[in-house]
Amino acid sequence: MKILVLIKQVPDTTDVKIDPETNTLKREGVASIINPFDMYAIEEALRVKERIGEGCGVVAISMGPPQAEEALKEAISMGCDSAVLLSDRKFAGSDTWATSYTLAQAIRKIGDYKVIFCGKQASDGDTAQVGPGISMHLDIPQVTYVKKIENIDIEKATLERMTEEGYDVIESPLPAVFTVVKEINEPRLPSLKGKMKAKKAEVPVWGAGDIGCEEDKIGLDGSPTRVVKVFTPPAREGGQLIEGEPDEVASELSGILKSIVLG
Amino acid sequence: MDYLLTEEQEMIRDLCRQVAEEKIKPVAAEYDEKNEFPWEIVKVMAESDIFGVYIPEEYGGMGGGVLEMAIATEQLSWGCGGISLAFAATGLGTYPILLYADDRQKSKYLPEIAAGKTLAAFCITEAEAGSDAGGIKTTAVKDGDHYILNGTKQWITNGGEAGVYTVIAMTDKSKGPRGASAFIVEKDTPGLSFGKKEDKLGIRGSATREVIFTDCRIPKENLLGKEGLGFIVAMKTFDHSRPGVAAQAVGIAQRALDEAVRYSHERRQFGNTISSFQGIQWMLADMATQIEASRALIYSAARMVDSGAKNIAKISAMSKMYASDVAMQVTTDAVQIFGGYGYMKEYPVEKLMRDAKITQIYEGTNQIQRSVIASALIKEGLSK
Repeated sequence: MKILVLIKQVPDTTDVKIDPETNTLKREGVASIINPFDMYAIEEALRVKERIGEGCGVVAISMGPPQAEEALKEAISMGCDSAVLLSDRKFAGSDTWATSYTLAQAIRKIGDYKVIFCGKQASDGDTAQVGPGISMHLDIPQVTYVKKIENIDIEKATLERMTEEGYDVIESPLPAVFTVVKEINEPRLPSLKGKMKAKKAEVPVWGAGDIGCEEDKIGLDGSPTRVVKVFTPPAREGGQLIEGEPDEVASELSGILKSIVLG
Repeated sequence: MDYLLTEEQEMIRDLCRQVAEEKIKPVAAEYDEKNEFPWEIVKVMAESDIFGVYIPEEYGGMGGGVLEMAIATEQLSWGCGGISLAFAATGLGTYPILLYADDRQKSKYLPEIAAGKTLAAFCITEAEAGSDAGGIKTTAVKDGDHYILNGTKQWITNGGEAGVYTVIAMTDKSKGPRGASAFIVEKDTPGLSFGKKEDKLGIRGSATREVIFTDCRIPKENLLGKEGLGFIVAMKTFDHSRPGVAAQAVGIAQRALDEAVRYSHERRQFGNTISSFQGIQWMLADMATQIEASRALIYSAARMVDSGAKNIAKISAMSKMYASDVAMQVTTDAVQIFGGYGYMKEYPVEKLMRDAKITQIYEGTNQIQRSVIASALIKEGLSK
């Protein structure tokens, strides 16, 4: 029986710039990390494995360029049992529909899964669509924004789903897709033995042919949506700093506001 | 500096640094103030396999030695020189087992220690037996298949928290130091109790406590090595553990330098950052050079100990003495660079100065280290 966790390698978001000429992300010199929300998904997958115990393994899956292997090795160093990388030039340009189709094909091939964990969204695209998309492609239930797993056995799970005002309590049969929020846990650090294992681990790379993808459903051509334009909003102009005693500052400010409002 | 570490040693360094930055540094001031034992952090270190770095793989460890222990201690101490002691003092308590236990004893105790499920503590010091370990009054009297221990050990790091205690006690007082023996005592043994918790100047995130034996009966299988070996067990243990104290010192010193460099960029006086003043620059340069020299000495000492070389007392003592004196100097200078702010608890450097002081005192004062070094020198000189 397997618990699957889907992760994405993203640029470290503290330091991302857009090239104004091409409107694409400047990736040179930007460190790559595991999408922060996926760290919670990895942690929860490991906790579910620990709860269920014997005979349960965690498989980390990522779709991306060859260097996404690093992210999968990090997942192994945290305790995942194995990993699979989906990498093929034919996948390039996939939107969330094509991506979730491709991942679903890989999941079918892996088989024998009970839970598929995803982060609630990726920090680069921020769509939050791939997890739900996979559940539709596989025709299994989905619970998004999971903040707690109250109970889980091999048949079903009881979960808390975060909402704006509080949370819903949901019981779902398994297998199912759960996307998690950061409230669910605190991700563990890697262990030394995990790092040693990751160093030696061979991560298989699957292409479109390996997972039986229909060519017209993958990559740019298989994507029903197109990014028409990406742009950086114009930078804010610097404000005006009014200095002086509080009384003076207040009266000067009210004068400026009046002149703006009254013209 | 490139110390030509193996990939595995770099892994240990990087992971311990990650633990120090993400888990220890944010809570260090709180543990310092509350004088509490950091079980939360111990759990993190255990889950990351850090407790096993110097324990053989056959007993569940990572198979490293003194160098791996020093690398881990240095990084953890960068986060907090007190909290790191849960790890480092466990090393001190474990070395008697690593060096002198038989296979049965090793199989019984080392896997739990490697997994971080049990901490260890070394019990030698008493009220009247500090540097003069010959003054030990705790006794172990053989009684059939048991030994009965009586006496009080003082200032025991990890006391009350550790599950395994390695204890030096007198089996034959008439023989002086040759009448001392080493034993393993488990925490739940009847007759073992814990006294006063010390309120200390520094390393307040560590436990320092009396360990009291009152007709404490232990099976004779808990003897380490042979009767009469106790003093040798202690000396060999210190030869292996002193580079660890040195590493604690260099970790604290490195943190002080990092804080001082950063602050000197921020602090402005006379219209400039204080890092633009030659007086500050020269202090920083001296601090950095002394730290690098300490680290080089520690790693060399640790490698020599791990090589199985015989005469390691001198190099081990040198590393502990030099690195701890440097840590005291560097942390004092860091407080000086911070000026009035450095003296305030709101800033991190006064704690570093308090934490550094113990490294000049414990596991043999630096005066004792000089005596160890000098006696080795004289012995070498006579044999030429």
